[in-house]
Amino acid sequence: MEKILFLSHTEENGHLSPHALETLTAASRIAAGLGGELLVGLYGGSTGDAVQQVSGKTYTIEEKIFAVSRYATDAAAAEAICRAAGATIVVAPGTSRTMRYLSGVAARLDGKVDTHITGLSTEGGLMLHRWYYRQRMRAEIRRSDRPWFIAVESGIFEKFVGTGGTVESVSVVIDDKLLRTSVQGFKSPVTGEQTIRPDADTLFVAGAGWTKKQADGQTHTDNAADLILDFLKKSGASLGSSKSLVDLKGEGQSVLPFMTHLNQVGQTGSTPRHPKGLATCCHGEEPHVVGWRFITERRAINLDPNCGWAQGKADVLYVADAFAVIEEINKLLG
Amino acid sequence: MSLTIVVCGSLVPDPLQSLIPMPTPDGFGLKNEMMLPHVLDPWAAHALYEAANLAKKVNGKVYLVSLGLKAKLQQSMMTIAQKVPFELVAVDASHSGFSDSSAVADALAAAINSIAGLDKSSLLIFGGWESASRAAGTTMQIVGEKLGIVDQFQGVDEILLNSDGSFQVLERVEGGTHQVSVCSGPPAVLGWATGNLPEPPNNPQVGMLNMRIVMPAIQQAKPATIKDQALTFHNVEVPAQRRQTKIVKDTPVPEIAREIVEWLRL
Ligand SMILES: Cc1cc2nc3c(=O)[nH]c(=O)nc-3n(C[C@H](O)[C@H](O)[C@H](O)COP(=O)(O)OP(=O)(O)OC[C@H]3O[C@@H](n4cnc5c(N)ncnc54)[C@H](O)[C@@H]3O)c2cc1C
Repeated sequence: MEKILFLSHTEENGHLSPHALETLTAASRIAAGLGGELLVGLYGGSTGDAVQQVSGKTYTIEEKIFAVSRYATDAAAAEAICRAAGATIVVAPGTSRTMRYLSGVAARLDGKVDTHITGLSTEGGLMLHRWYYRQRMRAEIRRSDRPWFIAVESGIFEKFVGTGGTVESVSVVIDDKLLRTSVQGFKSPVTGEQTIRPDADTLFVAGAGWTKKQADGQTHTDNAADLILDFLKKSGASLGSSKSLVDLKGEGQSVLPFMTHLNQVGQTGSTPRHPKGLATCCHGEEPHVVGWRFITERRAINLDPNCGWAQGKADVLYVADAFAVIEEINKLLG
Repeated sequence: MSLTIVVCGSLVPDPLQSLIPMPTPDGFGLKNEMMLPHVLDPWAAHALYEAANLAKKVNGKVYLVSLGLKAKLQQSMMTIAQKVPFELVAVDASHSGFSDSSAVADALAAAINSIAGLDKSSLLIFGGWESASRAAGTTMQIVGEKLGIVDQFQGVDEILLNSDGSFQVLERVEGGTHQVSVCSGPPAVLGWATGNLPEPPNNPQVGMLNMRIVMPAIQQAKPATIKDQALTFHNVEVPAQRRQTKIVKDTPVPEIAREIVEWLRL
């Protein structure tokens, strides 16, 4: 019988994140579909509150040392829990913290790993859905090797509602060799506005056109920056960028001061998940648009009626000056 | 402090090409795969530029360990070798995205271990945090494990060396922020995101120097078997994503703005 272990770190507040709870739903579906046993593994600075959010046998590791996100200690905790549970399938949320170590722990246990899982089915055995070539093509995969480590994407399953777990605490020895890295804290790349909002309804993408010469032969970067920030403030949208726009900074050109590589969407950027996306001054080339894979409704504003968005990549293309349209939108949003 | 920086970086088809999956006798592959122009995997390329920049500061040495089919390595290295100075260690195996990361990592770790005189106490292993082919973000960690390195960082945008041999790393975490960590010194594994450096211009002189080692390295590349019989692919397909784009032209700006606001508020 398969032993399916849901494995997660707790958050700073001792709870599980929404992403973790969604992943627990995925794990419970796998267990139900395969007729396997569902087990839970939690580690962090504290786990008591998180135990209330799950159900069933719950292996825990709780100590201050595990409050921070660090490869060596996270891997040690995860390895100890996986061994204690004797898991054959380990299902974890694909957070940055988990992604840092999960494949390393799979290697320690002589297992295999698959990440960025966007769907699954259990008929005829476990089948996972994931994308290859950076969201270019979707595949369904099966493995006969165990243990099988799986990192699940957010926004796919509903949150699990638990009745409280039965705790079995696991011990792990942490020697100094695992503490050579110390976590200092967090840093926003730019001071001021937080522009990346994963929970926003809308993704607003700015392209290099905002910094290009306009009809009057001049660039209007300051005005572009004001219009975009005003729009973000009024709409609550998350800010994305094309590669060309963020690369301008490296080339020392006039740029939007709040834009960094973290905003970049696409092949070598992120693939955010939002119900709506509005592209402005962005040509809609394929390496950019692959980052829109999980944006449901797509609209674009571009001066060029033949831009990439017109080629079946957006639902609506407004052939217009984005400066004028966004200014007007900002007025309407009040 | 002197450093040896080993960059793991493979080849991927140029992202500007259209990629069509296709069953082959050897599992899934891409249509006309051998004809597609290839480039150094973008995030691994950033790792290479950051490695060269760091090596320059500390008088260090950069190795590029690249796993790919010989013919493609040979073509792609003509350009890659012109970017920054490095010594190539080549492994002859499929660079397809449909391979498994553990077998690839084993081959990479073996290639790293074969570098003569490698001193782990001054070793940094760089690579991309995710490939543009398998796009899994799982290989570098396994390479680290195989080499016994437990100080690992992913989504790295910056490394700063301190005078005492320690270094600070910025890693991407959720919500557009960086986690700041300090590691007491090498060895460590760093999976790079974009970093801070622009792509270096082609430098034919660097290219000539690199090519003296690149060509023999490719000729001597050891073949590696990376096929995983226990992994099977089903229904690999490019989804029919074409939308019926409505093109709104010659429409007054206030009307467009009203329509967009209505849509945003739905
Ligand atoms: C290996 C590789 C990886 C890549 N990865 C990525 C990636 O991750 N993300 C990404 O975005 N790109 C990526 N690219 C680059 C991609 O191919 C394009 O070059 C890039 O997306 C173009 O950015 P852009 O549309 O902002 O700029 P441009 O192509 O310069 O387009 C600017 C647009 O602005 C429009 N415009 C100008 N003024 C106005 C105005 N007033 N109102 C309305 N429209 C206006 C113009 O009509 C034009 O369409 C990658 C390329 C390669 C080779």
